[in-house]
Amino acid sequence: MIELSDYLMLGGVLFAISVAGIFINRKNLIVLLMCIELMLLAVNTNFIAFSHFLGDMSGQIFVFFILTVAAAEAAIGLAILVVLFRNRRTIDVEDLDALKG
Amino acid sequence: MGFEKFLFYVLAATLIAAAGMVVTRRNPVHAVLFLVVAFFSSAMLWMLLEAEFLAISLVLVYVGAVLVLFLFVIMMLDVDIATLKAQFIRHLPLALVVGVIMLVEIFLVVGPGNFGGESFPNPAPQGPDYNNTRELGLLLYSSYLYPFEIAAVILLVAIVAAIRLTLRHRPDTKYLDPSKQVYVRKGPDRVQLIRVPPEPRRVPPTATPTSGVEDEA
Repeated sequence: MIELSDYLMLGGVLFAISVAGIFINRKNLIVLLMCIELMLLAVNTNFIAFSHFLGDMSGQIFVFFILTVAAAEAAIGLAILVVLFRNRRTIDVEDLDALKG
Repeated sequence: MGFEKFLFYVLAATLIAAAGMVVTRRNPVHAVLFLVVAFFSSAMLWMLLEAEFLAISLVLVYVGAVLVLFLFVIMMLDVDIATLKAQFIRHLPLALVVGVIMLVEIFLVVGPGNFGGESFPNPAPQGPDYNNTRELGLLLYSSYLYPFEIAAVILLVAIVAAIRLTLRHRPDTKYLDPSKQVYVRKGPDRVQLIRVPPEPRRVPPTATPTSGVEDEA
C-alpha cells in the first residue's frame, strides 16, 4: 500500500531539488522560473495527497487556484524577462544590480 | 495493489530524475523538455490519487500552454550558453548543503512515524460511478464561487499586464487608429478624391508635342 508519507516525502524531495536548483542556477533567470514551477508542483502534490487521504475535496480546489495563479505568474514573469532582455541584453541575476540589492 | 505500488515507484523515480535534470542542464531548452517529463509523470501520480480532472488540466494547461510559452521565450532570447557554464561549480556546495538540510528536516516531519499508514489509513477506492469533475464542479460553483471569480480576474490582469509589458510602438510601423476612425464624418472626411496628373506621354522627337495634362475622375 502506498501511504500518505510516501507522497509527502516525494513532495519534500522535489522541493529540496528545486531549492538547490535556485542556488545552482544563478546565471539564468529562466531556469529560476522553472525551479519555482517545480516547487509549486511539489506543493500541489502534497495538497492532492492530503485531499485523497482525508477524503476532503477542498484540497483539490486549492490546487486549482494554485494552478491559476502559477499560470498568471509565469506569464507576467516571462513578460518581465523579455523586457529585461530587451533593455539590458542579459538575463544574468548577478548583473541585475540596479537596486543595489 | 502490488502493481499500484510498482507504478508509484516508477513514476516517482522518473519525476525526481527529471527534476534533477531540470536544475542541472545548462541548455535551457533541454531543461524545459525535462520539465515536461516531470509535469507529465506528476500528472500520472495525481491520477493514482484519484484527482483525474486536475491531472488532465495539469497536462493541458502546464505542458500545453505554460511550458510552450517558456520554450518560445527561450528561443526568442539570444542567451549565450557558454557564459552560463562558468559559475555552476561555485554555488554547488552551498546548494548541496541547503538541499540536504531541507531534505532531512522534511523527512523528520513527514516521515512514516507521523503520517504513516496507522494514523492515515488508505481510503476505499471510489466506485465506477464516481465523477471527480462533477464533485469538483459542485464544490467550485457553490462554496468557492467568489474565489473562482477572483481567479478569473487574476487571469485577466495577467493578460493585460503581459501584453502591456511587451508591447512596444515602432514609429516606422503603419497602423490604423480606431479612435480616429470612429470620428470620421460623412462628407469630406471619409472620401477624398485626388487629381493626379498623369505622366506626360513620351513622344518621338519628330512629332509635335501634345499638351500633357489630362484629368482622370
